[in-house]
Amino acid sequence: MTTPLAALALLQSYDPQVEHPGNGTFFVATVVKMLVVFAVTLGLVSLLTLAERKISAWIQDRHGPNRVGPGGLLQPVADGLKNFMKERVSPGFVYAPIFWLAPALAFVPALVSFAVIPFAAPLPTPWGLIPMVVADVPIGFLYILSISSLGVYGITLAGWASNNKYSLLGGLRSSAQMVSYEIAMGMSTIPILLLAGNVSLGAIIRQQAVTGWNVFALSVAFFVFMVAAFAETNRLPFDLPEAESELIAGYHTEYSGMAFAMFFISEYSAMITQSALMVTLFFGGWDIPFTSWDNEAPYSVLKSLATLASFGAKTLFFLFTFIWIRWTLPRFRYDQLMSLGWKVMLPVALAYIVIVATAILALDAAGVARGPLYGGILFAMNLVLLVILFVWLDRGRLISPASGRARAAEVARLRARAFEVRQGRRAPVAELAGEAAD
Amino acid sequence: MAINVKVLDRPVEQVSYVRATLKGMAQTFKHLVNREKRHQVTIQYPEQKWDLSPRWRGTHRMLTTETGKAKCVACGLCPTVCPANCIKLVPGEDEQGNRYPLVFEIDEFRCIFCGYCQEVCPEEAIHVGRHYENAEYSRDGMVYDLERLMAQTHPVSDLWDPADPKGE
Repeated sequence: MTTPLAALALLQSYDPQVEHPGNGTFFVATVVKMLVVFAVTLGLVSLLTLAERKISAWIQDRHGPNRVGPGGLLQPVADGLKNFMKERVSPGFVYAPIFWLAPALAFVPALVSFAVIPFAAPLPTPWGLIPMVVADVPIGFLYILSISSLGVYGITLAGWASNNKYSLLGGLRSSAQMVSYEIAMGMSTIPILLLAGNVSLGAIIRQQAVTGWNVFALSVAFFVFMVAAFAETNRLPFDLPEAESELIAGYHTEYSGMAFAMFFISEYSAMITQSALMVTLFFGGWDIPFTSWDNEAPYSVLKSLATLASFGAKTLFFLFTFIWIRWTLPRFRYDQLMSLGWKVMLPVALAYIVIVATAILALDAAGVARGPLYGGILFAMNLVLLVILFVWLDRGRLISPASGRARAAEVARLRARAFEVRQGRRAPVAELAGEAAD
Repeated sequence: MAINVKVLDRPVEQVSYVRATLKGMAQTFKHLVNREKRHQVTIQYPEQKWDLSPRWRGTHRMLTTETGKAKCVACGLCPTVCPANCIKLVPGEDEQGNRYPLVFEIDEFRCIFCGYCQEVCPEEAIHVGRHYENAEYSRDGMVYDLERLMAQTHPVSDLWDPADPKGE
């Protein structure tokens, strides 16, 4: 086999259970899967905009959109039509090439990253077993990490090219926020890679069928990952890039019509991808809980549909959680956001890598086989760690340096000095210099 | 920490955000599933309408006599009392010497719906009404002439009665 064909074979059939279906079938099946996944994602995005408005309305004891179609079901269509027909406004002061490129830069990574997420058990067809993932690449997880890092470009460049101080601040904030939380997110997933011994999402799903879902075996990692996922998608409580009270609309202040809608779509498709990723990494992907029926070799159409339903239900639950949290929690202050990312999430994730690596080493040395017992022991350890983590987090004022507690004696000393300065008995600056000397 | 920033040493229950977050999420979920509450609060406007107070002062209405003529005698009191200067009245006189309005127009855009015109009218002709749906496509459409004022069918306002301040 020549080299390009060997590379093609590597791309096609990573899953050892799946037999090589041949290049023609691979090509046709991939194109069909691409179209289906793209259409479903965009359809889901439009329904999510409706769900967001409906759920927010219900939480606030309102009705939400209910005029277009039955129960407001056609509202997304009306919104889409409106956006398409709007004038494309290009303010005179923007840097046009990047200004118009930025929405696409935000839009593409959000959609592309779904390509490596397996959404059902392999589907048997007359032409062979088709893996239910657009691209069954062996480096799936690394691909997602790298693509989601690209998402920050769209937002930052939109803020910069808008040539508007609010947009620029929004773009700056988003780059700082996404870079900070990307680290915590990457670190929180290392325990999974340690446990699965692989970066292929298919392999991670198979590992979870053996040791139980990672949300139990690696609960702390799930907590860190979920917080980071909220920050990465710029959703409340982390929507600093578009903080209305301070930045008007942040990075998309100058956008209108379809360009604005593209930022909107990219936010929602990023939500879908992050939800699907949480499901894949921590909730067994398309695995149906309490059965091993769905993971075994004789695949059928029924099996594919059942696992697809399982995957869809889990993903929808997380999408609901995204919306639910948005309409519950207020926004963080910027210093709180940074302090949570760097002082809480990153150290927790780093310490957790060490703990999990030690635990895995110890369990393997003790000769515990990978299975329910293995997962159970890790879960017991995680329960203890979660209690410690939450008690520590719950102490109050932990993430806010601005309202951190000073020692009582220190406060008294400072107050006494302030009093003397006001009385004119002390020159503030000279005294400070003198104090620093002694 | 800056000098003079007062730091209150509150108990942990009051400053903990993990507990506050969980409590908040339970609260929002309770509202999410409570269907009755949103039906209590929201009126589904075009289908469902608000019960107006009997003292509501809205779109004007000119009452008519049994013969179908406006009760107005063009005395000129309402344009005089009108604080918004929105009533235009040109009086006329017929062969018997009865005064009647040649032109009687109310600009509902200028009107502040104080109800003085109804209060001052000696013939109980012009009234403010219990009606509020008067949208138009142009400003001219908001100028109601005599014919249009007479054609209104909505109930008229009871206005506030000083002898019976609570409307009992």
